[in-house]
Amino acid sequence: MKSWLTTTDHKRIGLLYFWTAFAFFLVGGLEALIIRAQLASPSGIGVRAETFNQLFTMHGTTMVFLALMPLSAAFFNFIIPLQIGARDVAFPRLNAFSYWVFLLGGLFLNASFVAGPLFGAGRLSVAPDAGWFGYANLTSRQFSPGPNVDFWLLGLQILGIASLAAGFNFVVTILNMRAPGMRMLRLPPFAWMTLITQFLVITAFPVITVALVLLMFDRLFGTHFFLPSGGGDPVLWQHLFWMFGHPEVYILILPAMGIVSEVLPTFSRKPLFGYTVVVYSGVVIAFLGWGVWAHHMFASGLGPIADSVFAGATMLIAIPTGVKIFNWIGTLWGGQIRFTTSLLFAVGFIAMFIIGGLSGVTHASAPTDLQQTDTYYVVAHIHYVLFGGTILGLFAGMYYWWPKMTGRLLSERLGKVHFWLTMIGMNLAFFPMHLSGLLGMPRRIYTYSPELGVAGFNLVSTIGAFLVGIASLVFLWNMLRTHREPVTAPANPWNAATLEWAIPSPPPVYNFTVIPTVTNRLPLWQTERHGPMAPLPERPPTPIHVPGGSWWPMITAAGLPIMAIGALGRFLPVVFAGLLILIVGIYRWAFEPFEM
Amino acid sequence: MKYDTDTHAVAVAHGHATFMGLDSRKMAFWAFIGSECLLFGSLISTYLVYKGRSLVGPYPHEILNIPFTSFSTFDLLMSSLAMVLALAAVQRGDMKQGKLWLFVTAFLGLIFLGGQVWEFSHFYHEGLGLTTNLFGSTFYVLTGTHGAHVTVGVIWLLTLWVQALRGKLGPANAMTVEITGLYWHFVDVVWIIIFTVVYLIQ
Amino acid sequence: MPLVLVAALLLLTACGGGPFPQSVLHAEADFSRELDGLFKNIFAWAVGVFLVVETLLLVAIARFRARPGRPEPKPVHGHTILEIGWTLAPALILVFIAVPTMRTIFSSAGHAPEGALRVEVIGHQWWWEYRYPTLGISTSNELHLPVETHIAVEMTSADVIHSFWIPRLAGKRDLIQGRTTRIAFRPDSTGEYWGQCAEFCGASHANMRLRVVVESDSLFQRWVDHQRAAPVVPAEGSAEARGQQIFRRSACIGCHTITGISTAKVGPDLNHVGGRATLAGALFPNTTEMLRRWISNAPAVKPGALMPPQNLQGADLDAVVAYLQSLK
Repeated sequence: MKSWLTTTDHKRIGLLYFWTAFAFFLVGGLEALIIRAQLASPSGIGVRAETFNQLFTMHGTTMVFLALMPLSAAFFNFIIPLQIGARDVAFPRLNAFSYWVFLLGGLFLNASFVAGPLFGAGRLSVAPDAGWFGYANLTSRQFSPGPNVDFWLLGLQILGIASLAAGFNFVVTILNMRAPGMRMLRLPPFAWMTLITQFLVITAFPVITVALVLLMFDRLFGTHFFLPSGGGDPVLWQHLFWMFGHPEVYILILPAMGIVSEVLPTFSRKPLFGYTVVVYSGVVIAFLGWGVWAHHMFASGLGPIADSVFAGATMLIAIPTGVKIFNWIGTLWGGQIRFTTSLLFAVGFIAMFIIGGLSGVTHASAPTDLQQTDTYYVVAHIHYVLFGGTILGLFAGMYYWWPKMTGRLLSERLGKVHFWLTMIGMNLAFFPMHLSGLLGMPRRIYTYSPELGVAGFNLVSTIGAFLVGIASLVFLWNMLRTHREPVTAPANPWNAATLEWAIPSPPPVYNFTVIPTVTNRLPLWQTERHGPMAPLPERPPTPIHVPGGSWWPMITAAGLPIMAIGALGRFLPVVFAGLLILIVGIYRWAFEPFEM
Repeated sequence: MKYDTDTHAVAVAHGHATFMGLDSRKMAFWAFIGSECLLFGSLISTYLVYKGRSLVGPYPHEILNIPFTSFSTFDLLMSSLAMVLALAAVQRGDMKQGKLWLFVTAFLGLIFLGGQVWEFSHFYHEGLGLTTNLFGSTFYVLTGTHGAHVTVGVIWLLTLWVQALRGKLGPANAMTVEITGLYWHFVDVVWIIIFTVVYLIQ
Repeated sequence: MPLVLVAALLLLTACGGGPFPQSVLHAEADFSRELDGLFKNIFAWAVGVFLVVETLLLVAIARFRARPGRPEPKPVHGHTILEIGWTLAPALILVFIAVPTMRTIFSSAGHAPEGALRVEVIGHQWWWEYRYPTLGISTSNELHLPVETHIAVEMTSADVIHSFWIPRLAGKRDLIQGRTTRIAFRPDSTGEYWGQCAEFCGASHANMRLRVVVESDSLFQRWVDHQRAAPVVPAEGSAEARGQQIFRRSACIGCHTITGISTAKVGPDLNHVGGRATLAGALFPNTTEMLRRWISNAPAVKPGALMPPQNLQGADLDAVVAYLQSLK
């Protein structure tokens, strides 16, 4: 127990990330199922409007910040140091700090579901209820008087710190901790996409931090940054939020694209087609991703010039995205494809992401977006890219790396049940949403008129959502049952090419007995240009020093939610207590003897 | 832990033999500074977007005292000079000079902060509160965020100074001082931009 | 999969307007028709691309399934001509999408021709206020418009952001406090059109609906004249007169306008409330029963409704309901 609380081992932190994020994924999924149950018919199952608003707000917030990002982070943590031939990340304690901040931030946000009595709210749940992008001025004290929005803005500030700390850590890890010979264009594509993602994190999160701080000043101190009554402009919030929010979309999808770019070559027994093009298209996507934020705001009346610029820039993103898809198909083409569950999910990712990408083009066009934005058509789009894209990609990664992470293989039979249930469920759930949207069903409504003619489509969506729920339980069972089995996975069960497969499954605490010297992009494979790398010695030739662990990352992290609780209750002594813990933690951390 | 022996550290992980030949902490700090640029960029943009949109006074030209703030700016610039001298002294192992210049840097930082406290209270008495108008809100949040950065810098410098007094800071820790200097210079550069945007271009 | 969508779209389009009052696929005005045409254009491209790419994907996984005895695949690393080709192909297709997009952005920017009928829309939590500045009238939730006439809509919000959306007539546009946004359209044919708020605006966002009645010039003119007329004055001693008395001394006057009785503007203007087909943001039919329930406890039927429950019972409530219904 203590060794887990104080761990600074990237592999353990990766597992902590994984299980925590998976738990939040189930919570977010449960919220989605209640939403779907309510919408199965126009009259619903009696979910109150206020509760419904909390559910969709927390579903979006949870899935984005507490499930998808940290599930990617689980792989960054576990896999990246192994892929680049390192003993750990550049800053192991900072890494632990990121995890604890994420966990505590997530718990803080979700505590709002049961915190009502503390605020005299008269009901149990005071969860955030202004939507996951919390548009001003609905979030103002005047229109959202309860603590709901405070939970949201404080929780997201905490989570932002976790993401930023991890961002600095992984940028440095990938650039600086590579094994000798691992030049940039020898980096595995997952490491490349992670690097790009982390650059987006460290540039996008400061922007939302500023937006949240300004909102906090409006709510706690009475400023008017987003309030027209004092000359402020609610549209400024939209600009700041989406300047973060659109890069955030790529923060969510690029790691999944990286995973797919690992899985397809392995199971086709062919190198990634057009490696450099795939890498540079990732860079281009990230770069363009910074210049398209206002396509979320076409309905707000920015004027024809701004609309044209942002519509054009958005359409451009389709090009590097299309290039990636063609290269993935090029990878499969001419291969010897083994239909493992991991490959199925990777192919499913491509098939579904195309649908999300193409519906994306229909709302990149500003005029057609005026009929689509804020309807179920957009809900369908985001779920095809974030579920059909990110989640299927993450599942591909889970089946792929599970043996490396645990030393046990997942059941392929259950895996295939999981895959087909997920595919059928997600298409039943999300495809009819295109039609509900085109027939005029806005998003974020807890009830709709039976006369709209969308009840049938909604019922199908609900059935599909429950199938996805069942599929996720199948996967959970698949994971849990492996824990009773002996550790039998071979070092390289898939005959893959990258360095993480050169060491035992699960890897020893020091990862590599000797740091390998890399001479090519596919070190474990025989290609026409080179043979496989010589196996590493089974035992370290010289003793390897591994750091012991530290309490201070967790203690320092604890200061943040305490400060947030103080701010929530408007009780300054608690804020200062949290700050004190933070400062003491930082000092003890800085002066702690901690050798790598 | 099983392999936790004190024999020797792995060089590649400790910043001496990194892939890029750059200390990991220093690289992380550059990434941090990049991130901070976006933070201040957003705050400065907010200030500019709301410029001239206050519904009631006091307005910037009625209240900003350019001569006084020019002195503060000069003071902060001099502290950057002192920081350069402190780093040079630590690097060549002259801890006597090192201690002196670390203290001077922190002291000049404190003077700047004192100036800001005086300025804020003066403005407050002139009727510009945080919530008075958009100018007040954007001004206090922007300069206050910068002031918080200076405060962190001063505490950091004083920590190094105390370490130096206790004889625990030497040329071996030059990288720590260098990173402190990076931070301090960055905070200084940000102030130059704020001074230009808020005070000089009205 | 999109074949299903194509089939469904064709089917839905063929169904005519009847069963789908908020369908964007059944355009009945110049603005919505332009958007619909552009959408179908882009959609056709999307279906084409989808078919090509998904077919390639399926062929790849079907043809190159691993089978025992097949030789190791050739380690191909890429192909420059192919890369250039599949970079240029989507770029070319995007040109065909971008050009009509830009054209439509400018033609649908909300500029109405001279002489268009001006309508101001003001969003409230959770109802719509309409003003006709050139006609000197105002109403709420049910918008009346003359057919085949250019309409210039100027919009703002009294509180949070809303979005005005009548799918069959016009694309949506946000209503933002402190800003004025615009759309312009020209309805093709008479009839009743449905819409609702499309930007999440709080507890009763789902219940912020609206109706648009597009009618012939003569009917519209009659409606305008009627709106201009003073509210009905009930006959001495009638139940309606008693209702007016109660209205006058109750909390009603704190929020609602009835010319000659009250001037408050927090809630909708009630001068002709009896003549509207629906209540509470086009949420319920305007029947005696619903009006009773609405007055006695509005938040119970519309969550978050700002009108507090009124302490009116029995005959008093009946009288107020009768009075309001008489305000045709």
